[in-house]
Amino acid sequence: MLTETTRQAVQSLVAAKKHLPGALLPILHDIQDALGFIPAQALGDIAQALNLSRAEVHGVVSFYHFFRHEPAAPQVVQICRAEACQSMGADALWAHACSRLQTQGGRSADGAVTLEPVYCLGLCSSSPAMVVNEKLHARVDADKFDRLVAAAGSAA
Amino acid sequence: MSLQIYVPRDSAALALGADEVATSLVAQARQRGLEIDLVRNSSRGLFWLEPLVEVQTPAGRVAYGPVAPEDVAGLFDAQFHTGADHRLKQGRVDDIPYLNQQERLTFARMGVTDPLSLADYEAHEGFAGLRRALSLNAAEVVQQVLDSGLRGRGGAAFPAGIKWKTVAAAQAAQKYVVCNADEGDSGTYSDRMTLEGDPFMLIEGMTIAAIATGATQGYIYIRSEYPHAVAVMREAIGRATAAGFLGADILQSGKAFHLEVRKAAGAYVCGEETAMLESIEGKRGVVRAKPPIPALKGLFGQPTVINNVITFASVPIILARGADFYKNYGVGRSHGTLPFQLTGNVKHGGLIEKAFGITLRQLMFDFGGGSASGRPIKAVQVGGPLGAYVPEKYWDVPMDYEAYAAVGITVGHGGIVVHDDTADLSQLARYAMEFCAIESCGKCTPCRIGSTRGVEVIDRLKSGDTKAEALLRDLCDTMTHGSLCAMGGLTPNPVLSALNHYPQDFGLCATGEPHV
Repeated sequence: MLTETTRQAVQSLVAAKKHLPGALLPILHDIQDALGFIPAQALGDIAQALNLSRAEVHGVVSFYHFFRHEPAAPQVVQICRAEACQSMGADALWAHACSRLQTQGGRSADGAVTLEPVYCLGLCSSSPAMVVNEKLHARVDADKFDRLVAAAGSAA
Repeated sequence: MSLQIYVPRDSAALALGADEVATSLVAQARQRGLEIDLVRNSSRGLFWLEPLVEVQTPAGRVAYGPVAPEDVAGLFDAQFHTGADHRLKQGRVDDIPYLNQQERLTFARMGVTDPLSLADYEAHEGFAGLRRALSLNAAEVVQQVLDSGLRGRGGAAFPAGIKWKTVAAAQAAQKYVVCNADEGDSGTYSDRMTLEGDPFMLIEGMTIAAIATGATQGYIYIRSEYPHAVAVMREAIGRATAAGFLGADILQSGKAFHLEVRKAAGAYVCGEETAMLESIEGKRGVVRAKPPIPALKGLFGQPTVINNVITFASVPIILARGADFYKNYGVGRSHGTLPFQLTGNVKHGGLIEKAFGITLRQLMFDFGGGSASGRPIKAVQVGGPLGAYVPEKYWDVPMDYEAYAAVGITVGHGGIVVHDDTADLSQLARYAMEFCAIESCGKCTPCRIGSTRGVEVIDRLKSGDTKAEALLRDLCDTMTHGSLCAMGGLTPNPVLSALNHYPQDFGLCATGEPHV
């Protein structure tokens, strides 16, 4: 169940943009910006306000990789796995990250980090690239990865 | 007079510490009692030198890079603000060969101006194209674009003027202009650089398209992986609207054009134009069958101009300097310039705007200086994840849409990813199938199922089952001819080019030279 405060927050975000043509994506972005994810319990309210079925809203939320179904860990690390980064060692960087965080992607063993692949950050001439808590980093190797993740961990 | 110092705000510079360098510059200047005017410019596109700091001197702008925050004190000690020598000094910007050997038309302002300064933009030929367009009638504007020979820069290379003419001729109460800024292809960032580094140019190009076709509402669909681009574009639209370049009455012409950014949500297939339209409409990004073409029945069922960022961004200079000026660049039926993006395992990767006709070898070696690893270059993927792996025998083919097509490869959007000899092309082919499986919208079977089967068949081939080669070719044939859009239809490009040109990576012996 959503708390009453969360529910009201969702409803006011929906109300603010429901007049837009094609309002659903902007609304979902606003909800994720505010809550960090799109709670399944919010879909009914969104659907009703936009005169859609709950299934349609679920279909949209689940189609797009960007929308989260549950909150991420306090630290989010995204490593680019696309070709330009592969050419400079992104696969090895990913393997390093997996062993470091003891995960195959997703939550780390200690729950502190969410590790995700991303497909292109547009930093292809300074690859490999990654994002730590929305901050971009380029020319990342294993050492730089360890430094950045440790620094972000102690800042959190 | 205070010192003018430039530190780029482009994502690629930020990812290498440009903000920290800027902070350090301000702090050091204050300590030394120097008054500085810090401008956050866009990037020159010389990414191995980022963060590239520039100082204004009587002899012109002088560049230092790559600058780390801990270099800043030493730079001041060496009097870099007077253009003095330092180990990071790259010389006068205008003398850097990588830059002065380019033909920057679309990227002329890149790295020069403050991206969000309207005054800067206008001082560098900004809005000259729009003003000219407003002095012509709509048909004349379309004719300029037709005469320029401009073709879609997103990859498909369809003549932009023909698309515009179709929309202009369509009768409807509401028409739209949509910019596809869902630049999801690895090895490309020219759209990102434009969105972040010269946003008014895109606004100007789209406004000219609106005037030419009678559209009054526009959308820019930007991928969620580009948060800086989204923020800059939104700010730029606000400023342009407040200054009367957008809105209900553009420059007192009586013409209206409203523009809005829509943020995508991480679906690669939404770079396909009809999936993008579905997404803007608030739906799953599922590809539409064509016809009807979007020019007649596009966004919300209305006539819609859809072009990629660089296509729209090429329009202002065509209007400002005339179709002939632009058309005279290039070769054959590939007119104008293309911002090539030299990426991956290359020493000097960056943005290289050149007229069509340059070769891969010139780009990779004359500009790029060879591989970053120092090892031999083995394969080059041109035109994104759906482009072919190009072996050395084609590195001297002039980059021109038709010359490339004649040997079965594509120029696409000019994204170039270099791989050295440690690359396993069977692995890259498998990745292409895997990526297609992850990103397929699911509407058509060849793409949705074919990509998953493709991964399996490549695994079989790799495990020594050579009979799987025929199966893989057959599967690629089905995907090429049976898929609804380019996602499934072109995924065989990287796969078959890898198989044809690098059979040994699949555990096969070389078999002559089949076509890509």
